[in-house]
Amino acid sequence: MSGAPRIDLGHLLLEGRAFFALVAIIIVFSTLSPFYFSVDNFLIMSSQVAIFGILAIGMLLVILNGGIDLSVGSTLGLAGVFAGFLMEGVTVEAAGVVLYPPVWVVVVLTCLLGAFVGLVNGVLIAVFKVPAFVATLGVLYVARGVALLMTNGLTYNNLAGSAELGNQGFRWLGFNRLFGVPIGVLVLIAIALSIGLVLARSAFGRWLYASGGNERAAELSGVPVKRVQVSVYVLSGVCAAIAGLILSSQLTSAGPTAGTTYELTAIAAVVIGGAALTGGRGNVRGTLLGAFVIGFLSNGLVIIGVSSYWQTVFTGAVIVLAVLLNSLQYRARSG
Amino acid sequence: MSAAGEVVLEARDIAKSYGSIQALRGVNFAVRRGRVTTLFGENGAGKSTLMKILSGVIGPSAGQILLDGEPVRFASSTDARAQGISIIHQELSLAPNLNVRDNLFMGRELGRAAWVDFAEQSRLTRQLMLELEEDIDPLTPVEQLRLGQQQIVEIARALSVDSRILIMDEPTSALSAAEVEVLFTLIRGLTARGVAIVYISHHLEEALQITDHAVVLRDGAMTARADAAEIDLEWIVHHMVGENFDLGSPPLAHAFGPPRLSLQRLRVIGTGGQHLVDDVSLEVRAGEIVCLYGLMGAGRTELLEAVAGRVPIAGGQVLIEGRDVQRLSIAERIDAGLSLVPEDRQRDGLVQTMSVGRNLSLASIVSFARGALLSRSRERALVDVAIERVHIKTDGAEAPIGSLSGGNQQKVVIGKMLGTEPRVLLLDEPSRGIDVGAKAEVFKLLAERAAAGLAVVFSTSEVSECLSIAHRIIVMRRGKRVAEFDSTVSKERIMAASGEAVAA
Repeated sequence: MSGAPRIDLGHLLLEGRAFFALVAIIIVFSTLSPFYFSVDNFLIMSSQVAIFGILAIGMLLVILNGGIDLSVGSTLGLAGVFAGFLMEGVTVEAAGVVLYPPVWVVVVLTCLLGAFVGLVNGVLIAVFKVPAFVATLGVLYVARGVALLMTNGLTYNNLAGSAELGNQGFRWLGFNRLFGVPIGVLVLIAIALSIGLVLARSAFGRWLYASGGNERAAELSGVPVKRVQVSVYVLSGVCAAIAGLILSSQLTSAGPTAGTTYELTAIAAVVIGGAALTGGRGNVRGTLLGAFVIGFLSNGLVIIGVSSYWQTVFTGAVIVLAVLLNSLQYRARSG
Repeated sequence: MSAAGEVVLEARDIAKSYGSIQALRGVNFAVRRGRVTTLFGENGAGKSTLMKILSGVIGPSAGQILLDGEPVRFASSTDARAQGISIIHQELSLAPNLNVRDNLFMGRELGRAAWVDFAEQSRLTRQLMLELEEDIDPLTPVEQLRLGQQQIVEIARALSVDSRILIMDEPTSALSAAEVEVLFTLIRGLTARGVAIVYISHHLEEALQITDHAVVLRDGAMTARADAAEIDLEWIVHHMVGENFDLGSPPLAHAFGPPRLSLQRLRVIGTGGQHLVDDVSLEVRAGEIVCLYGLMGAGRTELLEAVAGRVPIAGGQVLIEGRDVQRLSIAERIDAGLSLVPEDRQRDGLVQTMSVGRNLSLASIVSFARGALLSRSRERALVDVAIERVHIKTDGAEAPIGSLSGGNQQKVVIGKMLGTEPRVLLLDEPSRGIDVGAKAEVFKLLAERAAAGLAVVFSTSEVSECLSIAHRIIVMRRGKRVAEFDSTVSKERIMAASGEAVAA
């Protein structure tokens, strides 16, 4: 009788660890710095988190499938460069004109590019049976290389567009606010809600959890496992492209090296959010919390003046701790 | 030196509970020198739990273990092994990527300092394989061996550590009759040397052949104990189940409907170019139950998987209600009314990360989708029907799949495929690793569904199962269909046709 409530508390702490970690981070930094706990700072932090959060949700889908997508950071960079390239005008040699596509066309084409990169990943993995780690590692290099080739290593700075060309508005994604909330954060919320609904309530979501938990059993139950596998990489690619658009809009410039190592942060967010790298376990809520834990932690460390080298150490420690707790949780479940 | 028949290992009032579940309640159990003691009981009766406690894998919640009359407490299975107790687990615990030799000596490599004496290990491995009459090269990777051969390797590993007490948990579940004979000869040799054997098997008749003492567990408590000379099959089943019953009898001949499944000269070629299924034709009509009998490697699994669309066919045709399904995917074949319940439910049947309910609804997700989203109420209705229909004992649809006993897990796989409203149901070894009670329930269920018009094909390696409910028995041997019988045939004729050596 006396032991029961304690076990429940431990259980609760374990289940909700990402949430409690976030609360603890906010409390600690709020006491350490007067600037941390303010609406402005939260909005700034959330804007930063939006980029990683969007990447992490795409990554979550891949990890639920039992895969991994190392190419998202490069895809993000490539998407930014591609958007910059379109914004600066496409010269059609044959007709001798320069086309300036409107912003919505740029956004759609960039998302299609992200989908295409994801499709390459998915086909390599599902059809040609290349291990996900290797396939996406290869695409990581190729996408980065293409981004460097497109810009010759330089950066597109002219993303603002101009009124006479009718392609203004690219800055809207990164700078504008709706009801005081940055657009990037709203995009994150929209993606999180829709993917969350897909995972919890759609046939595709169920197929994804099943094929990640046991691909052979899912296949014999009639789940189109190959289609599911290709789809998650395509969706991850689209998420990376959207994150690339928001980042280049926030910076009003698109450099070919943007997003380097972001894939690792995205994986970390998913893991901190309680997903199992073996597939089949995890959800959007956890992943979002994971992204916020990483973002709020690094921002807090900056605010209280901890060196960036120490930030790296702290982030790494949080990731290892998260994985440790994950294995504890799943062991408890199977035992 | 103690005399044969003396108690070497004793469990006294052993109890074990997992949370609120009482797996064992005050069990007394004695293992005698030079004797085979068999533990009978349905799945979930606590047999495996008791064996895990005796071999140091887990500790008891209460009670005492006495080794040679002295109370002992094992810190781990390694500790128990050091004191002469080895266990052959029901689930194979081999590393598939390593070869036979490295598996045998895994964790206790021979040699000096950091260097392994591979030559000596190979020699010992060859010697053990000779004793087991199994011609396996020590350098063969385990993943290239048949399941039965892997089990032999597992047994060899336990034999290679000179154990005084050897626990065998379902050692014959993947062995052919000939391999079982070799194992039994070996067990007799071991007992003659004074080794005490604890034996667990669902093959009751087989266990009766080898055992000296029988102990029966039911619901975590011991219900009976006797010497083998005093008991028979009926006695065991009676104490296991608590009432008299049999596995079922062939359903009354009813008029069969039109042909549902038709195989025409089906061929399946393995990766090595060998004919796994060789020119098999078969027609199954609505309401008919056909049993596929054969030894391990006879091609039963390959045949069923080819029909279901899991492996490509090299020639011939598969027709469902006259429609050629060769170009259809697994999902499309399920839509066409053809479902497979696979042999290995852990590997191919269940998604361990999902609940009982979600496993049950997995194959018929599309049927409860409403627009883009899934209807929770329709799913719940479907799951409730499935749990009811196949009599699954569970705490509810939300319970983790791992919380169910083997028999109930198997019922989940069957219930899942029945949920797709199939017209042809294929079951590969549906009784593998489940207890007598669950077996009888599964067969009763199949008989009921057949009476309602389902065409059923199931494979088995137990002759008594063929005779229990099948209208027709097809015997396969090395990929070929070699004989066909009706349900009045004798066991001996079926076994002879399969190429099995018939003892006496």
